[in-house]
Amino acid sequence: MSKSKPVLSSSIGKKLIMSLTGLFLCMFLIVHLIGNLQLFKDDAGLAFNKYAYFMTHFTPIKVVSYLLYASVIIHVIYAIVISLKNKAARPIGYASYDGSANSKWNSRNMGILGTVILVFLATHMSNFWWKYHNDQTPYIEYRTDLSTGVTTHQEIQAADFHDYSIVSENGVEIVKARDLYKQVDYAFKNVGLVALYVIAMAALAFHLIHGFQSAFQTVGFNHKRYIGLVQFIGVWVFGVIIPILFAAMPLYFYFR
Amino acid sequence: MSAHMNLTLKVWRQKNDKSKGQFVTVQANDIADDMSFLEMLDIVNDELTRKGEDPIYFDHDCREGICGMCSLVINGRPHGPKYGITTCQLHMRSFHDGQTIVIEPWRAAAFPVLKDLAVDRTSFDRIQQAGGYTNVNTGGAQDANNILIPKRIADEAFESATCIGCGACVAACKNASAMLFVSAKISQFALLPQGQTERYERAQAMVDQMDAEGFGNCTNTGACEAECPKGIKLTNIARMNREYLGAKLFREEDIHG
Repeated sequence: MSKSKPVLSSSIGKKLIMSLTGLFLCMFLIVHLIGNLQLFKDDAGLAFNKYAYFMTHFTPIKVVSYLLYASVIIHVIYAIVISLKNKAARPIGYASYDGSANSKWNSRNMGILGTVILVFLATHMSNFWWKYHNDQTPYIEYRTDLSTGVTTHQEIQAADFHDYSIVSENGVEIVKARDLYKQVDYAFKNVGLVALYVIAMAALAFHLIHGFQSAFQTVGFNHKRYIGLVQFIGVWVFGVIIPILFAAMPLYFYFR
Repeated sequence: MSAHMNLTLKVWRQKNDKSKGQFVTVQANDIADDMSFLEMLDIVNDELTRKGEDPIYFDHDCREGICGMCSLVINGRPHGPKYGITTCQLHMRSFHDGQTIVIEPWRAAAFPVLKDLAVDRTSFDRIQQAGGYTNVNTGGAQDANNILIPKRIADEAFESATCIGCGACVAACKNASAMLFVSAKISQFALLPQGQTERYERAQAMVDQMDAEGFGNCTNTGACEAECPKGIKLTNIARMNREYLGAKLFREEDIHG
């Protein structure tokens, strides 16, 4: 038994990368979902727009967001590398192959599901992230009467918007912000986009029902006492609750 | 009284490891449903030999489900339509009169076809030779039970050791991954005190050899576990991952000079 190869060039090392980046992206989903639940608040987007500013300007969050972009890219690259190697491992396929007899459809088609999610991600980023970062969203001003707590809002022009600001004068709090909420509202009037989002969330559900527990198996965590909990979380939290709540957002804006 | 049936076989015929193969249709007539699948092929081969044709070449040895030689993919499933058995344990009562049966060899780059349905599985031997052994002292044998092993550990190691190295895991896997086989072999030693000396070197050496042979990467579909004639569990793969990553990240000992 001689000196062995570096860990990341091995099959198990590559799987480890897939597993860790995948789990990190799963953690992100929880944060992203909780933040976005503010879209359901009927406040003309005051809470959501404040949150959007915080998420794009608080340094630790920015650091994590770059890790996130890196994770998506690494997850995709390694998926391609591993898939190519797997294709090469069986140069001549079976004339007759009964995959459903021994494995679930989603476990065999993670690449297709992942591609749907990647297309969605590109669309999603261009819909909101790109527009928010390139001054392509509308602007809004909220005026809250601090004595009565009543908030009014109006769209303002780019000329009247200098930067995100919260000022209080004469008992009125004035918040000026980029109106990402309005952008969301606008985007989800497009039925094609709503359909893409809902389909992508279905793909995400099936991807994670296999992916979450698969990631634990890859890092070697398959303990009789806890694996049931891992599978439960994988199916119900990441496969059902999270995708349904995300899918509810475009549907809510489309039908309200 | 056993029923008799006539079957149409679509069999992969390939002259040798250099040539390109193809499917050939062969009739199997008057087959008793009590016959095993291999006995059915024997009958077909008798007929082919009588006609002066080349009989269908397939691997077989013990015909009682323990040697792991009978490597046939039957209608898209390694060892045919049943679970937990080898091809020799498959009986013709699992098929019906007039059925068309597609018979193919294991398909993997690391298992090149030698002739017809027989493949070269020496890649498994090389993986085993890379680390699937323990070093022992020569001399008189120790008394039995000198080394205490908790029963549940002994049982778990025994479960892993039941792997017969047939390669159905590779054949079933959509990625032609050998991880169930390799993990069973690593587990059997990792669990027992006798395997500790080479424990971490073994995991690395066997995984390296597995990769060098050109097997695919596991994507945890579970097809291997479902098709394994010996019921080797996926938990073995999790253990192999632990052994390998643990060895790589924490246990690779170098002398601190």
